[in-house]
Amino acid sequence: MLKTRIIPCLDVADGRVVKGINFVDLVDAGDPVESARAYDAAGADELCFLDIHATHENRGTMYDLVTRTAEQCFMPLTIGGGVRTVDDVRALLLAGADKVSFNSAAVANPSVLTDAAMIFGAQCIVCAIDAKTVAPGRWEIFTHGGRKPTGIDAVQFAVTAAENGAGEILLTSMDRDGTRQGFNIPLTRAISDAVDVPVIASGGVGTLDHLVEGVTEGGASAVLAASIFHFGHFTIAEAKAHMAGAGIPVRLS
Amino acid sequence: MTTAIIDYQSGNLHSAQKAFERMAAETGAGPVIVTSDPDLVARADRLVLPGDGAFPACRNALFAVPGLAEAMVEAVEGQGRPFLGICVGMQLLASVGHEFEETSGFGWVPGEIRRITPEPAVLKVPHMGWNDLVVDRPHPVLEGLATGDHTYFVHSYQMQVADGADRLAHVEYGGDVTAIVARDTVVGAQFHPEKSQAAGLRLIANFLAWRP
Repeated sequence: MLKTRIIPCLDVADGRVVKGINFVDLVDAGDPVESARAYDAAGADELCFLDIHATHENRGTMYDLVTRTAEQCFMPLTIGGGVRTVDDVRALLLAGADKVSFNSAAVANPSVLTDAAMIFGAQCIVCAIDAKTVAPGRWEIFTHGGRKPTGIDAVQFAVTAAENGAGEILLTSMDRDGTRQGFNIPLTRAISDAVDVPVIASGGVGTLDHLVEGVTEGGASAVLAASIFHFGHFTIAEAKAHMAGAGIPVRLS
Repeated sequence: MTTAIIDYQSGNLHSAQKAFERMAAETGAGPVIVTSDPDLVARADRLVLPGDGAFPACRNALFAVPGLAEAMVEAVEGQGRPFLGICVGMQLLASVGHEFEETSGFGWVPGEIRRITPEPAVLKVPHMGWNDLVVDRPHPVLEGLATGDHTYFVHSYQMQVADGADRLAHVEYGGDVTAIVARDTVVGAQFHPEKSQAAGLRLIANFLAWRP
């Protein structure tokens, strides 16, 4: 049986983890490679690096980091942040990423998903969607770190993105991100029901019950969280044990 | 003993290379090279064919390298060298693929590549994530692996073997999905051993030690 994935996300800027993680045996909590190794050992199902200040000048730092992580962690690695072109995808895949996530660029130019999927396969193309509630049961895409409204309906956009070649949707609720109040369940459910590809729920996790809700109520195939793991509130093992206790299939070994 | 990972510009070989290098060092299996040179492929003691993307694109990219496919055919059919296909590299072992268009494979493991059609249809495709193996029959490459071990899958198509005895393991995803196949000196893994942590590294070590 396919297991529900738990994915810790590391926000990276200029080659350093922005919110350092609190693992006791970590020598340098700001080193993404060290953090990745810790999560690998802890049984995380995948890792996600988000380059939060992606600029043309610092891309080399990210490639180097991906390469060093892939040398040591034999687990799936998704990279997002500042990905704009097919060449960006190629460079990240060659560096050692398994999946590459488009965000704003897919809104400005939806065909880039198709171009990338035709070359590299839909399995490695993720479309990240940052959505904000604009009316009950209606969510709109925001780009540029959630600052720029687009007027585009999030559910419709997710359907189009999957049709265009995205093999997975990374869905972040801008209303919930950082609030620790739990995923936006109606949004997660609406998009999970609308697309055939897996949906990763993101934004707002504060408790282990939130992870469960994302799956049982939101219909997500995977749950992504940052701070509850980084700050040592919960371990990956605790999260998995809690989900298993709620009847969700997870990989415990 | 040299292991050649065949490079035909299909996706990332870095992770596969690192995983094979690590296990080759641990088991004393000799050097690991990444190459598209038919001469080096012909001389290697064992071959690994990775693959990401669509079946026709991978097949065409492989056959676009002059002499490469011929060197592989000679190594497997002429010399009986151990050969491991991974993901689409595993699918290319089949007789024919049906992704986008009908495309022929090497035919070393008779069978067809068809889209996964899980029941109920609410199950997502691609089949993406960790699934637990069900071992169908023992084989040296499965040494130390057992039913219940998890490996990492990312795919929308799967191999349907013509001879059921060629399937070493499967997973359950709204029906059976082929996970590992083997016939003669050829094995294939639909999942990514280089991304499957301990279980994947074990399979790689077993392949490097295999003397069919």
